[in-house]
Amino acid sequence: MARSIKKGPYIAHHLLAKVETLNNSNKKSVIKTWSRSSMIIPDMVGHTFAVHNGQKFIPVYVTENMVGHKLGEFSPTRIFKGHSSKKVK
Amino acid sequence: MARISGVDLPKNKRGEIGLTYIYGIGRTTAKKILDSIGVDVNTKVKDWNDENINGILTYIANNLKLEGELRGETQQNIKRLQDIGSYRGIRHRKGLPVRGQRTSTNARTRKGKRKTVAGKKMVTK
Repeated sequence: MARSIKKGPYIAHHLLAKVETLNNSNKKSVIKTWSRSSMIIPDMVGHTFAVHNGQKFIPVYVTENMVGHKLGEFSPTRIFKGHSSKKVK
Repeated sequence: MARISGVDLPKNKRGEIGLTYIYGIGRTTAKKILDSIGVDVNTKVKDWNDENINGILTYIANNLKLEGELRGETQQNIKRLQDIGSYRGIRHRKGLPVRGQRTSTNARTRKGKRKTVAGKKMVTK
């Protein structure tokens, strides 16, 4: 079920405030965030976010193509390193 | 012989079915096309006259994206997901289901034929 258009995209208000202050002061710095469900909006293009994956922060540099996706999509939560090889007795 | 978008249509099928041999046209679209030019869906492909075929061609040219063009678009969409490094892109790259299905069992369409691991003991009670 898609989100109602009336509400607009979901962005955590604390994250939005940080992006706005950075845009207003024309500064670039990494924004640490736990808000994986926030939508990427055009204002965020060019910023780097450190998106939490449950264990650590993954740096995500936002490009134009990513607009409309959510931050969590770029910060994988599972790491699969292949099946373990045969146990030696 | 009706030839549309580089695909030969089967002569002896009903128009509605014959059109679905083109990539990008299913039953619904086929019905829509034939309705728009006023041809009965039960008319066989071989019974279409030139006027009907031209009508179909103009409808397709104005409204639809088919065959190679459509395949290209799909490929581009997948490529975009892969390039931006999103979760869905990674799943496409690994050939695993993209929309959150389970992979412990099933998911054979994406994963292909079973690859048996030699020496793996079955769990017994």
